[in-house]
Amino acid sequence: MNIPQELLYTKDHEWIRIEGDTAIVGVTDFAQGELGDVVFVQLPEVGAKIEQEKAFGTIEAVKAVADVYAPLSGEVIAVNSELNDHPELMNQDPYGKGWIAKIKASKLAAEKARLLNPSAYADLTSA
Amino acid sequence: MRYIPNTPDDRETMMREIGVSSVEDLLKPIPKSLRLSRRLNLPNGLSEQDVVAAMTAMARKNLDSVSCTSFLGAGSYDHYVPTAISDLAGRSEFLTAYTPYQPEVSQGTLQVIYEFQSMICELFRMDAANASLYDGGTALAEAVLLAQGYTRRSRIICLDNVHPHYRSVAVTLGSPLGIRMDGSPHSAGHISATALENALDANTAAVVFQYPNFFGIIEPLEPWIRRVHDAGALAIVIADPIAMGVLEPPGSWGADIVIGEGQALGNPQSYGGPYLGLFAASDKLIRRMPGRIVGVTRDADGRRGYVLTLQTREQHIRRDKATSNICTNEGLCATRAAMFLSLVGPQGLRQIGEGCMQGCGYLRAKLAKVPGVEVLFDGPHFKEFAFRIQADIPSFSKFMADRGLLPGIPLKRFGMGLDDALLVAVTERRTAAELDRYVELTASFLKGAKA
Amino acid sequence: MKRQQCIQSLQKEIPLVFELSRPGRIGYDVPTPVPSDSFKSVPSVLRRSTPPRLPELSENLVMRHYTNLSVRNHHIDRDFYPLGSCTMKYNPRVNEHMAAHPGFASLHPLQPAVTVQGALEVMYRLSEALKEITGFDAVTLQPAAGAQGELTALLMFRAFHKKQGNPRRKVIIPDSAHGTNPASIVIAGYEVVELPSGPDGLVNVDALKRILNEDVAALMLTNPNTLGLFESRIEEITSLVHGVGGLVYMDGANLNALLGICRPGDMGFDACHINLHKTFSTPHGGGGPGSGPVAVKRHLEPFLPLPVVTRQNDLLEWDWDRPDSIGRVLTFFGNYGVHVRALTYLLSMGGNGLHDVSEVAILNANYLRVKLREAYEVPFDRPSMHEVVLSGDRQKARGVRTTDIAKRLLDYGVHPPTVYFPLIVHEALMIEPTESESKETLDEFVEIMLQIDRDSVENPDLLKAAPYTTPVRRLDEAAAARALDVRYFKD
Repeated sequence: MNIPQELLYTKDHEWIRIEGDTAIVGVTDFAQGELGDVVFVQLPEVGAKIEQEKAFGTIEAVKAVADVYAPLSGEVIAVNSELNDHPELMNQDPYGKGWIAKIKASKLAAEKARLLNPSAYADLTSA
Repeated sequence: MRYIPNTPDDRETMMREIGVSSVEDLLKPIPKSLRLSRRLNLPNGLSEQDVVAAMTAMARKNLDSVSCTSFLGAGSYDHYVPTAISDLAGRSEFLTAYTPYQPEVSQGTLQVIYEFQSMICELFRMDAANASLYDGGTALAEAVLLAQGYTRRSRIICLDNVHPHYRSVAVTLGSPLGIRMDGSPHSAGHISATALENALDANTAAVVFQYPNFFGIIEPLEPWIRRVHDAGALAIVIADPIAMGVLEPPGSWGADIVIGEGQALGNPQSYGGPYLGLFAASDKLIRRMPGRIVGVTRDADGRRGYVLTLQTREQHIRRDKATSNICTNEGLCATRAAMFLSLVGPQGLRQIGEGCMQGCGYLRAKLAKVPGVEVLFDGPHFKEFAFRIQADIPSFSKFMADRGLLPGIPLKRFGMGLDDALLVAVTERRTAAELDRYVELTASFLKGAKA
Repeated sequence: MKRQQCIQSLQKEIPLVFELSRPGRIGYDVPTPVPSDSFKSVPSVLRRSTPPRLPELSENLVMRHYTNLSVRNHHIDRDFYPLGSCTMKYNPRVNEHMAAHPGFASLHPLQPAVTVQGALEVMYRLSEALKEITGFDAVTLQPAAGAQGELTALLMFRAFHKKQGNPRRKVIIPDSAHGTNPASIVIAGYEVVELPSGPDGLVNVDALKRILNEDVAALMLTNPNTLGLFESRIEEITSLVHGVGGLVYMDGANLNALLGICRPGDMGFDACHINLHKTFSTPHGGGGPGSGPVAVKRHLEPFLPLPVVTRQNDLLEWDWDRPDSIGRVLTFFGNYGVHVRALTYLLSMGGNGLHDVSEVAILNANYLRVKLREAYEVPFDRPSMHEVVLSGDRQKARGVRTTDIAKRLLDYGVHPPTVYFPLIVHEALMIEPTESESKETLDEFVEIMLQIDRDSVENPDLLKAAPYTTPVRRLDEAAAARALDVRYFKD
């Protein structure tokens, strides 16, 4: 299982790459494997205000649907519109070209504690 | 029993093999207090010949449109059903298959439905269609729910020249989710500009038109649809598929959702069901559509094949977040419709439409000349029209029925303020002789009533 | 023809009907229209500017096309179809002949009641029989399908509670419920509360007690449940719900297990729907039309959809004067053609035959449970009712998923069971043999399932690429959803 060391995670299988006060969000390799072939991604809108642990997007596979939960509160400042035409990027490159959204985090310091480090996430997925 | 192959001996053997002494052993999870201590109070089973006799006796008590001439419409029509359809659709392969969950062994059903979807898109000039809905009224209810979800508005304007049953189905099924269905009065059967203008507001999710409308009148909808879009609402059009061979389709005018009753496409009238709800939408709404949708793909060897697609909209996956609770695929009725449209083709459909219009115009013009009859509402009619008669309608209906004619549906039952009028349908099946007879009998009834 | 050639011919791509079209062909000659100038006088803005691109074929070509398509379907008349919860029993041909009788098929729904006394008699007698079978007091035949039956009942529950002063907010379902249950609850304006099943696969009564309160409008249950198990504590469950003023609904999908044995009306349920296309043998037709009548107790009768058939003296009539009715749920009176078929079946079976149906259906299911348990995990291995749920966990450990087992069954000419449902069983295979199958068919199925299990050990790759002999092989469903192609003409 691919769990990059430089990222943080949620119990709902999102990964987060923090750069200053912004965060890039995607879903993990484990999650894409469980879902199977991703066929459609409902992206949030740029400018949307989001709240930690609330759904802000949806991923559809052939016979499964999963909500994407905001790992941090803040504002969506960019989305990966490439996924509109190529949802399979989420399967092929979940930590790279399959990213979902970029967030400007508003309560980073307080909320970061609720995120999982790679080893905690590894424990979660092997349980 | 002729439908159960396992004999008492077979059952004994099976029980022995699995180590139970009687079926009672298997029923132990059912508390004794709940066991039915008596036999069902139903007669014992009959031989096939006795069943046929009993059912036929009931069938014979009815006045059917084979033994009389029917002018009844209002959402159920006596169009001709080519004989090939019943034979083809009655094949075990179509009749006794289930929803195509295993596409490798359901390519027959799946391809037919793909063809059906394509035909409905052509008829209405829309982007996507399904084959899932029960009938016209429930198709409207689904369209209204879709419009509410898409626009996040909750008010629907349903014009008063729309079939009242369709509206009442949408009211029943839409109101728990807060949908409010408002009317908008017609003006002599036609859309009233002032009424519609007054009705439109910022909370209007959709406006519902019928084409041809409930009184059979054909109205150009393009300007109205534009106006509805300007108000940020969706245009839902209930269209008669039979009319699409001769009339401009609502999709060409920008309709967002076109629904309709597909019974006329090769399905018997069958006392109101099973029918076929047609549902077609523009591309932007496809992910919100209810029901099964078939798409094209390839198999492991590269062959073209068909599968149910966009299944994540549906109840078996999305459960409480599904676009609809529908689980049906009105497969057999849609199969009949696809066969019907393949048989008639564009030319036949145009001729059927022409036959309806000609017959309707013929009867309407002749009745207008009968003293005591007032035909209602001007403008082009497709296959239905309304008329008033200076007489008691039940007596008129009985007079006609006694002479083998079902003359029309009293509008009184719909509570539209037209209690002294009848709605008459004339399909391509009605001959000039039948229409002349209608006129003669009406004239003679009115003469007798006066005398 | 050698077998290989048979498969090749079966696997030949069949053109779409549009690809067979040639301009000028027609399969139906329309009579000459009556003389009138009404067609000519239609304003040009209303006239169709470009004709619909429907196919143009002669009648015999249409026959051949759809006949060729039909043979690409699996169906009950061909072979075993043990799709759990779908009750794929034999559909007697006499039903079809009766429904096609002009005295039923050529009736308009709005004919005067005096001209359709026989039609109303069919509905009346069917309703009476359903009341006796289910133990309820009143029936509506209007709902067109099971899902619509559920919704209709929930709307009646809503109207009932509203009349008592408060429509309430929540409806409880077990986590093993059919997907239509939560979807119907939401459309009826309620919130779904999911109740985890107990370790025995049944309703966890203690957990139920914890979530019951005055805000609960109803509990919806399938009995026997989707695991094929009878809810043994059903009387306690229904009285608990009644204790907080809630109502209890039975999803009647599995009624084939109960005929003449016990009745939902006696278990404390307030309403249930009946799938005529399951228990009462009407054909599934590729997914529909079905019919989902709803039976209710006396206290819900005022809320039945409009109208209701009533008998007054010797005349059957539609009763429209029902002020508390929820209104119409369908344009007309229900899927009448299906009602005719169901009544035909009821007359054929009679009370004695129906009792036999359930006994044999139950025996058949338990026979398969016992015969298959050596090779397959049976998560709830105790007497089940008309269906049994296996788990493909042992095979999955060998790298073979339930989907592979299902696809391999197709090569044997057998339709797979319902797979991956109920959601609470891993790699579920839900098998419902029905009473229609002979011991020989069941034995053959057992042999095939045991062979597939052996193959999962010895030759798992064989299973992973199955099927090989079907009209098409495994289809790329992801490609279909990513690049949508849902109509032939793209412009």
